[in-house]
Amino acid sequence: MSGKLQLDPAQVKQARALARTVGRPIVTTAKRHTTVSVERATLRLAGLAGADADGIPWVNRLTDAVRADLHDQGGLASGIALPVWDALVRGEADDLATLAQKAGAGSVRFRLPEGRDSTRARTASRKAVGAGIRRIDARRRERERLIARVGDAPRKPWIYLIVATGDIYEDIPQAQNAAREGADIIAVIRSTGQSLLDYVPEGATREGFAGTYATQENFRLMREALDETSRELGRYVRLTNYASGLCMPEIATLAGLQRLDMMLNDSMYGILFRDINPIRTFVDQRFSRQIHARAGIIINTGEDNYLTTADAVDAAHTVTTSQLLNEYFAKEAGLEDWQLGLGHAFEIDPDVPDSFRLELAHAMLARDLFPKAPLKWMPPTRHMTGDVFRGYLLDGFFNLVGALTDQGILLVGMMTEAVVTPWLSDRDLALQNVRYVMSAAGNLHEDFRPQPDGFIGTRARQVLGESIGLLQDIRGHENGLLDAIADGTFGLMKRPAHKGRGLDGVAAKAAGYYNPASEILEEK
Amino acid sequence: MSEETAGRIIRPYGDTTGDGMVQVSFTLPMPHSKVAEGAAAQLAGKMGIDPALVVHAKPMGPDFTFFVVYGRVNHLVDPSQVQVVERDYPLLTPKEANAAIKRSLRRRLVVVGACIGTDAHTVGIDAILNIKGFAGEKGLEYYRELKVVNLGAQVSVPQLVEAAHEERADAVLVSQVVTQRDAHLLNTREMSAAFREAYPSATRPLLVVGGPRFDEAMAGELGVDRVFSRGTTPGEVASYIVHRMTLEQSDRKVF
Repeated sequence: MSGKLQLDPAQVKQARALARTVGRPIVTTAKRHTTVSVERATLRLAGLAGADADGIPWVNRLTDAVRADLHDQGGLASGIALPVWDALVRGEADDLATLAQKAGAGSVRFRLPEGRDSTRARTASRKAVGAGIRRIDARRRERERLIARVGDAPRKPWIYLIVATGDIYEDIPQAQNAAREGADIIAVIRSTGQSLLDYVPEGATREGFAGTYATQENFRLMREALDETSRELGRYVRLTNYASGLCMPEIATLAGLQRLDMMLNDSMYGILFRDINPIRTFVDQRFSRQIHARAGIIINTGEDNYLTTADAVDAAHTVTTSQLLNEYFAKEAGLEDWQLGLGHAFEIDPDVPDSFRLELAHAMLARDLFPKAPLKWMPPTRHMTGDVFRGYLLDGFFNLVGALTDQGILLVGMMTEAVVTPWLSDRDLALQNVRYVMSAAGNLHEDFRPQPDGFIGTRARQVLGESIGLLQDIRGHENGLLDAIADGTFGLMKRPAHKGRGLDGVAAKAAGYYNPASEILEEK
Repeated sequence: MSEETAGRIIRPYGDTTGDGMVQVSFTLPMPHSKVAEGAAAQLAGKMGIDPALVVHAKPMGPDFTFFVVYGRVNHLVDPSQVQVVERDYPLLTPKEANAAIKRSLRRRLVVVGACIGTDAHTVGIDAILNIKGFAGEKGLEYYRELKVVNLGAQVSVPQLVEAAHEERADAVLVSQVVTQRDAHLLNTREMSAAFREAYPSATRPLLVVGGPRFDEAMAGELGVDRVFSRGTTPGEVASYIVHRMTLEQSDRKVF
């Protein structure tokens, strides 16, 4: 799509260069650290699954045992692979599952192998983890085959609907119905507490708070059900979950193994909105994005969240800035343009004069800055007052902006937002709204070109300019982005680098650090 | 309630006084048919709508039908019988609130706020506390004489009690936005019980909860001093806290 705003290419280039300058030190920091969740994800790739009688996953039991045994050598500083596969090579157990059980019972001691022992452990771990990555590759091919066989979503934007009952067995029929009603993407909202759990729950779950736990078995059950529905409908229905919180790398891995199609994965969301330690987040995020890149998963970033706490007009440039950073981090991790569902939202106070023109300016800016990315367009939530009639109109205007700016993913707005979890009729009315706007005005973008010096063009340039200003400001901080996050630049939340949840799960890598998953993922 | 409506029996208003017209919409779990429309009219009748006009019936999939019904409802409303929690404190401007705190406390008043339990939605607590505020009113951080400590989301009750101790809180604000299976009520009871246990009653901070699912009349039952529901502004919360904290100590209600 050609740039309708006719942005100055030099300015766009400057914005990207600044994002790279600001992002690069973060990548360097991320490369120098590992986390418990990165190491557990590595074990999951090697096939370790399941949990003990208390529901604690074996990957956690084994990781904790290794960390404790190697406490004096820096815990996980050398990675989990060498001590674990050294124990297997030594014959402490026949397989990972048995080793984890023995580790849990305290009947095996781990050491850091040296010399030839180290080489043997390295080779064995690479073989085991490589098998997991090949499984992810196979899942990706399977998706491509299914899409070729049953067909893809017939049009853009893909229609994104949410289910969230807390019970996977209730979610399944709801998701299948939502797909029959027109959803191209089903997102299963997670239980609210999950982002702060430092383990991934096991098995099919039937209890959750305002959502359903992300577990490998829940992923499998839902994907299987949607495969059946995809065949029935003659179009592949995509499945989305959340790679966020303390277990980002593990959840990304499970998503790859169970052929999920999209994952919410933001570079800073966990830091700002969940008070997760910044270093932990950036390390986990990088690994999870490398997995997503490999699995052919489309990520959805969370810029909409900034606008739920800050004013959508005043903070418009923080969205653009975050999109630029998300793009930089994503590409560094190996994701391609078609995998970048960069987020933005329709959250301007409708009482602000020209609010629709402002929304359109912001959305067009995102479209023109990221022409090949399937942008994710998020509906109004903040100014949904409980007046469902007014809310329905607002959702119509939201859909119209979506049609005019060629959004890739459209999260369907509900007129009962902030009132009740959507009823069957709310969803039906919401889909009628989308269909009406798309059929009435879906091609309007062909005729629509804002005056370069008009209100929309001027506003878009202003936001881009402010975004460049903000990136320059971040660059000016002594420790760059980490300091900017610490002083409340984004979403008004102050998050210093030495604070936040999950910090004790971060380890600086030792010279001999080895992780076969990272090695394989970075080969390409 | 205004003078005009006091003691008057009223009916819903469509376009003529006393016409009693209402509009409802609902879904019945049956395929669309004449029988379904009749069933919708029957339900409306049982709700007191007579005559009921089923103006819209739309199938939603093979098993459900959505209806919009207009009609005259035969119920009467007596405003004099309505019970609500009326505001029993004066609304203060930030300037007046600051002056009142200065005059009677001679120090800053400390407010600790949090979302407790698994609720991760800080929109409520932020609207009240953040300087940005809500509905055109600045949040509590804007008040010079208020010291605001916003603990954010997913704070456990013990963490909240500890922070209240540490900060020597005069008032504790708890928000609950997204809740399931009455978790907001359970969390609030747990919170108020923990504060009663941790503090002698004379020094316990003022406990205030808010959120869209709360009923303002439930304060006593939940063991808190005040419940605020949907649409509460920062100014109302600030005025209430200042009003209660600047009363004579002996006037403070203790649960």
